[in-house]
Amino acid sequence: MTPRSLAVVVLTGALCTVAFTGCSSMTSHAAVKAEKDRHAAPDFTLKDATGKAVKLSDYHGKVVLLNFWATWCGPCKIEIPWFIDFQQSFKDREFAVLGVSLDDDGWKAVKPYVDEHKINYRVVVGTEELSQLYGGIDALPTTFIIDRSGRIAMKHEGLVSKGEYQNEILDLLNGKTLQKSAAVPRGVPAFFWTK
Amino acid sequence: MLLFLAASLLSFGQNNVLSVASAPKVTAKAGSTVEAKLTLELRSGYHCNSDKPSDDYLIPLKLTWAPGVLEAGEIVYPKPQMEKYTFSEKPLSVYTGDFEIVTRFKAPSSAPAGLAMLTAKLRYQACTDRMCLPPKTVEVSLPVEIVK
Repeated sequence: MTPRSLAVVVLTGALCTVAFTGCSSMTSHAAVKAEKDRHAAPDFTLKDATGKAVKLSDYHGKVVLLNFWATWCGPCKIEIPWFIDFQQSFKDREFAVLGVSLDDDGWKAVKPYVDEHKINYRVVVGTEELSQLYGGIDALPTTFIIDRSGRIAMKHEGLVSKGEYQNEILDLLNGKTLQKSAAVPRGVPAFFWTK
Repeated sequence: MLLFLAASLLSFGQNNVLSVASAPKVTAKAGSTVEAKLTLELRSGYHCNSDKPSDDYLIPLKLTWAPGVLEAGEIVYPKPQMEKYTFSEKPLSVYTGDFEIVTRFKAPSSAPAGLAMLTAKLRYQACTDRMCLPPKTVEVSLPVEIVK
């Protein structure tokens, strides 16, 4: 083997190794559900810490990360800085994070936590009824990724990676977007909305 | 296999992951003190916070006896384990597997002889390495016989 061919073999091997390890160390890309498999996210209205009503259907046209969490849930606390980051990074791209705390003590427990951790997205205190609407939230964190049409594109029970969330959010943000004028709020018959 | 295990752990979320063995009858002489031991078993893969969790936000394991023929005194929780989990920066004070809680009771001199049942509420909050179950309160019973 000539020095030149040896160099080619070594270089090729190195490139293959970099390519392989690079790919294997990446977070696997979990695709969101196909549109035909998505179901409408149940609408709800709850109040945030300031007493202002938060209605899920008001987010129609946006991609929403709906996170059920609690202050006593360790794995939830890992995710919160990620969500703060997503809220900051994607806020100008029709994206929002909405936190639903399932703390029994309500705002007494949640407000200090929100303040202490400088949570930059809206948080509401959930109810048992809301939990049931979403199929019964048995484990925390439970997170729903909701598409621009208000349909559940992904559900995660338990801690997943930041990369996985990010891929799903970007899938939806980069996907086919509804024209705002064409976005029909849930509960409004289409013929009322058609100009 | 790992997927199956993960799925199993999540499906257990529907159930109670902490079981309390039926407590054997405690016999107490009126006017004396007596100890009762509760044996608990936490499902594999789960932990619950100890009676003194590492963080103010965490929910402690707590046993509370209802008033009855015996007067509940000191409750002795086991020594916790300090375990590090992927979601915690520092080790957490937890219980895993099998453990016991001992309660010291006083039988008043006026306690009527005979059989009775004491009840308590055990509150706990369990997690795995990647998810947590809501806090749960289970009722515990302790058969008691008072002798003169």
